[in-house]
Formats: sequence, structure tokens, C-alpha cells
Amino acid sequence: MLPMYPAITLKNISKTFGTVKALKHVSLNIEQFSFHALMGENGAGKSTIAKCLMGFYKAEEGEILLGGKEISISNPKDAHKSGIGMVYQHFMLVDNMTVAENLIIARDTIPALLNWRKEKNELEEFMKEMPFQLNLKAFVRDLSAGEKQKLEILKMLYLKCKILILDEPTSVLTPGEADEVLSFLKNLVDRKLLTVIIISHKFREIFGYADAVSVLRKGKYAGGGKVSDFSKAELAELMLGNKVKERNQVRNSQLEAPVKLQLKKIFNEEEAGIPIIDKLSLSVKKGEIYGVAGVSGNGQKRLVEILSGQVKANSGKILIDGREYNPVRKSMKKEQFHCLPEEPMKNACVPEMSVAENMALRYYDHNPFQSKGVVKTKVINRKAEDLIRDFNVKTPTPGTPIKALSGGNVQRAILARELSSEVEILVISNPCFGLDFNAIADIRALIMQVRNRGAAVLLLSEDLDEIIELSDRIGVIFNGSIIYETPVEELSMSILGEKMAGH
Amino acid sequence: MDQNFWLILLAIIGGAIRVSTPFLFVSLGECITEKSGRINLGHEGSMIMGAMVGYGVSLFTGSAWLGILAAGCIGSLFGLFHGWICGKKGVNDIAMGIALIMLGTGLAFFFGKSLIKPTAPRLDDFSLAWWSSVPQITQAFRINWLFILGIILAVVLHYGFKYSRWGMIVRVAGENEEAGLALGYNVNKIRTISSALGTFLSGIGGAYLSLYYPGSWNEGLSSGQGLMAVALVIFARWKPMQCFVASLLFGGAGALGPALQGAGFSYGYYLFNATPYILTLIIIITSSSKKESGVAPAELEI
Repeated sequence: MLPMYPAITLKNISKTFGTVKALKHVSLNIEQFSFHALMGENGAGKSTIAKCLMGFYKAEEGEILLGGKEISISNPKDAHKSGIGMVYQHFMLVDNMTVAENLIIARDTIPALLNWRKEKNELEEFMKEMPFQLNLKAFVRDLSAGEKQKLEILKMLYLKCKILILDEPTSVLTPGEADEVLSFLKNLVDRKLLTVIIISHKFREIFGYADAVSVLRKGKYAGGGKVSDFSKAELAELMLGNKVKERNQVRNSQLEAPVKLQLKKIFNEEEAGIPIIDKLSLSVKKGEIYGVAGVSGNGQKRLVEILSGQVKANSGKILIDGREYNPVRKSMKKEQFHCLPEEPMKNACVPEMSVAENMALRYYDHNPFQSKGVVKTKVINRKAEDLIRDFNVKTPTPGTPIKALSGGNVQRAILARELSSEVEILVISNPCFGLDFNAIADIRALIMQVRNRGAAVLLLSEDLDEIIELSDRIGVIFNGSIIYETPVEELSMSILGEKMAGH
Repeated sequence: MDQNFWLILLAIIGGAIRVSTPFLFVSLGECITEKSGRINLGHEGSMIMGAMVGYGVSLFTGSAWLGILAAGCIGSLFGLFHGWICGKKGVNDIAMGIALIMLGTGLAFFFGKSLIKPTAPRLDDFSLAWWSSVPQITQAFRINWLFILGIILAVVLHYGFKYSRWGMIVRVAGENEEAGLALGYNVNKIRTISSALGTFLSGIGGAYLSLYYPGSWNEGLSSGQGLMAVALVIFARWKPMQCFVASLLFGGAGALGPALQGAGFSYGYYLFNATPYILTLIIIITSSSKKESGVAPAELEI
């Protein structure tokens, strides 16, 4: 074997955001002309590493070596000068410009007046050397997602980048397009034109294309090496670690309960051909918490939007007790269907309205909170005071605008609203995101209470610990469908990890 | 066809040339601003300030061209202000533009009180109708140098947006702020400069009103032209050359009333004077009903 040279070496990199240690003494070695995968759960620190390499963040500790020499990168332009480029998760292209124009504007220096004939000749020369062709005159808005992603890669090559970082480059692509883009990259690596660092969650891509892999877990380097030395199960375990099943919540045993909420082949697409929810089916029994696990961006957000009535599915059915359910205010009330979406300040609150008013949004138009069409503020405020006390919401007064509350208290306030009447069904998404320890314990206990009272709970969370702690059954969502289901008692972490990576 | 018809037509053509020039300047100004991703409704304010300051400077220095320059400068102050404030977090460019209309008109009224009486030196013109000796025709084809300058500017901008670094960067700012930032550009700065450049032009457009046609300073001079420019730019599909054509159309519409009056029609005079406003309405309605992709700058919130 030929001796391999390191393209980039990270030594002892640490980065802190506020009180959160995003990276803890991470050391990595990426060899020249390798296809290196960076894996890890959400929040493991993959993107932070990428952003340190691009100069968006400055690491507090440690050094970055390029070809053995220490370099300092303080902004993306420095990175470009050192030959490091990045392709972001979302396209950084100008839709209303042509392919040629998009390449030109990416340059660090553009002449004051452009000689388009000369530029076009040069661009055509550049294109000829590429294994993939794009029509220079085409407008970017007319390109497919795969072509756009290739243009992003071409742009970096045009800037003479030798090391390319890609942050989940296939998340916006269909599997076919993803294969095209990845083989394009692989081809460039094999021709010794490029070193690729790819952030990915998908085993298919890693085992299909990558040479080497590094796994991060909670900001630390967890392991890595040649991809061929790993099995999928080993890699999954490396990624997730040995999660202690913390299931100390009190739960009453569920007898054979009837199915309460059923989703049948729900389908929703953003534009024609790009499904976000793809024939998703699942069912939740009375007195059960069904946890939906998955890497973020696999359709969780849209699923909640469909269930809460924010988005209409293209096809498929939502059934409650076997009857079709249409998420409008009237049937929500009738079926006692409640929902706590993620980012409740954005999705479930009117920020300028008071805490009391926000709490009343579910019931202000029912007796005794109104009479003859006139809202009774006093009754609403009294109810709000009760809820604030029962749910331990910390607010100066019930009349304070809800936007003045901290994240945990907004979460509590909205949960109080949703749980203020009988609950038959509760859909809840990332309920503890960004909350402190006490708030997390409170909210999880509340969810468990609702379950124990016999409600069907659908819990979507990016936090696997939370899913394992609360759920009775777990389903894995991948590319918009549930691809695996298991009771928590029979859960195997390695299988769960593999399924989350789409295997 | 009687003679009246030809007289009216001639008056409309002549009127179109005269009336279109301020439309041309203010619409090119708005075009630059909008290309960079912001709407500035405040062009009305910078126009009226330009008209007042241009007239004043021309009066005191005796040079109409110095007046034009001063008008452009005072206009660009308005644009700088708009660009600077709108760069702050959470500032709405539309609301800010409306505030600038009021500020501009208010300031112009206040400082322009003493300018209503005196007569300032006007801009020169020449006749394009060297081939004719008919006074109506030579009169109709009297052309001001600003009109020529406006046409040159439209051509320069047309090519500039495609062939110059500055044009490309302005378009990136107007099409995709995120991409601009990722490419290392200061999008805010680009927009502020574009906004200042835009109001420089609308200031000149205003000075044309006071220094050439109608040719005196009074408070109702700009009569909503700065606002109509927004519709005009939409109608021109954000293309500088089409701004010129659209300006001629608006100019012709504006000249319809006076032309009919000149020919002795007194019936419906006020209605015909309202033609440009009706045209604006029609354009807004028709252009908002169909959404073509790739025409309007993507960062514009319209």
C-alpha cells in the first residue's frame, strides 16, 4: 500500500457554547484523497467540527494542521485560500442566475467588468475536465435537486478546493440522485482530485462510498477507522453508546387495550416527486406511549403539522376509534385531541398575547368562558391562575405576554392548556428540547400521567433517551415512513441504530 | 381624421417625452434598489426634496446643473438613511419608506416656502425636429439633456447588471441573502449603497420637475410619481430598458389630460388627468394575479 499523507489533522479541539461543551478534546486524522465519513447522533458535534474548519467558529483549544502544518482559519475565505470548501445542507445558489453566473460570483475576485466570452471559454474548459456536465446557460431554478447539489460541488472545485466538507449533502435528494452525487464525488476522490469529508447518518452511503469513518458521541471522539473494519452493528453501537434504560417512571401495566389513533398510508409531498411523508402507517393504543425515533429531517416535523391540522396530507387517513378524523377545531374538541408541537412559541402561541389568553385558546369560546359571544375575561383569568399553579408555570402575572417567559415555562404553559381538559389523544414533539433538568423531569412526569389516565400518546423526539424512557413501543421513521417497530422491552440498540440510519 | 386628432397625438408624444423623464429616473432608481432586495417607497420623499433643493441651488448659484447635482446628493442621503435603518433587525422596509415620504414632503414644504415666488435658471433643451419648421412639431420634440442621460443610464444598467462585478453582486443580494453571506459579501452594505444610488436618481428626477417641466417649485410637484415608480418597475419586470418604455407609456398617459385640454376639450378633464393613476392600478392588479418565476428578485417581499 502507498503511504498515506494526512490532508487535515485535528488535534485536541475543544469548543464550548455557553455552558454546553460541544467538542471535548477531539482529535481526528483525515488522509489525503480519502472519502471520510463523520458520523454521530444529533448534537454529537459533527457540524461544529465542520464550522471550525471553515472558520465560522474558533476552537478554544487545539490546533488544525493542513498537510502537517498548523494553520489558522478565521473566516470562510481563509478556508478557501487553504483549499478547504464546504457544501451546506441547503443550497447556496442563486436561482435566478445561470450556472455560469453562479460559478463566477463564487470567486473571491471578480473583475469590475466581465468579459463574458473569455469567461465562458474558461468555464467550458473547466467543465470539460469534470466527470459531470452541466449546461452553463441553464438557469439554476430549472435544475433538479441533484444537479443543484452537483453545481455546489463544481463551485468548490472551481474555487480550486482540494478538501471538501459536505454536511448531509443527500438530505434534499432522492436515493437515485444521492447515488449520482456520491459516485461523482467518489470518482473525484479516486482520480486524486479531492479529499472528501462527509457528514452523514446513512449507512447505505457510508458502506457504499466511504473509505474511512470517524464517530463522534456527545462531543467526544468515540472511535473510527477503515469502514471495511466495521460491521453495521458495531458502528451503530459506537454511535449510540450503551444507553442505560432509565425507565424509572411509574407506569401502570397496560392490558390489551384497543387501538385509539391510527394513521393509514399518510402521504405528503412538497413538490411533485419529493415525498416528505411516504405512506406512513402506525397505530397507538389507549394508555400507550408510542415513541417515534429517527434522525431529524425524516418527516417528523411534517407529521406533526399534518396531525395538528397545519398541513393537509395529499392522501391517507387519520382514524380515531376507527372513524375518520379531520383535524379542525370542532373535531379536536369532540375527540379530545391535543397537540404540543415543537417550538411551541412559534407553532402554538400568540407571542404578544398574555399567558392567560394563550392558555384559553382551546376553550375561550366554550361555556363558562363565554356567554352569548362575549368572552369572560374574569373566568379565563381564574382558570389561568389555577393552571399556572397546577403546572408550576413561572410567570409574573397571568396578564404577562407569553413571549416574556422562558422556554421551559412556555412549554409548561402550553402543556397546561393542552392538558386542561380530558385528553384522549396527545401528540407531542420534542417536548424537552432546550430545557433544564428540572423542567425535563416535570414535563416527562406529566406525559406519563396522561398515559396512565388512559390517553393514547404519540411522542416524537430527537432525544433517544427520552424515547426509551417514556415509550411503550418504538417506531423508527426514515424518509417519511415507519420502517421498524418494536416494544421497548425487546429493544436492541444496535438494531435501532441501524434502522435509524436507514438500513 | 381631423386636424384635432393630429394635434392631440403630437401633444401626447411631446408630453410623453417631457413627462417621462422623471418617471425614468425614479423608476431606474427604484429598479436598482429592488434588484438589491429591498423596496423603497420613500422615492416620493427624495423626489420632492430633490425638486426643492435642486430649485434652491439653481436659484442661488445660477446653474441648473449644480442644482441637479445637489438634488441627487440630497436624494442619496435619504437612500443612505433608508438603507442604514432597514439593515437593523426587524425593521420593515415598506413602513420605513412611507415614513420617508412624509419626512421628505414635510422637510421640502418647510424649507421650500421661500422658493415659491422666485424664478430659478432652468435646464436647457434643444429640438430634435430639425427636419420640420412647423412650430407645433419643433415644440413637441424639444428634448432635455436629462432625457438623453436617462436613456444612456438605462442602457448602462441593462448591461451593468449582467456584465459588471457590481451588477452581479447586487443581484446576488437581491436573489439570495444567505448565498451572498456564504460567499462572503456584506449584503447589508450592498443594499444600502444600492438604495443610496437609487435615491440619487430619484432626487434628479425631482429636480427635473422643478427645473424643467413644469419648471417651478410648488408643493404638489411630484404628485405621487415616486410611488407610481414601484408599479412601473413591476410593469417593467425589473428590466432597466423596459423601465424606459414604461416611463414613456406613463409619460404619455400623464400628457393625455393636458393634451386634450390644449385641443379644447374641457369635458372630463380631471378624469383624463387621472390616467397615470388608473394605469398604475391596472398594472398592480394584472401583475399580482400571475406569479411568473424568476422575474422578481427573490428577496423582495411583494
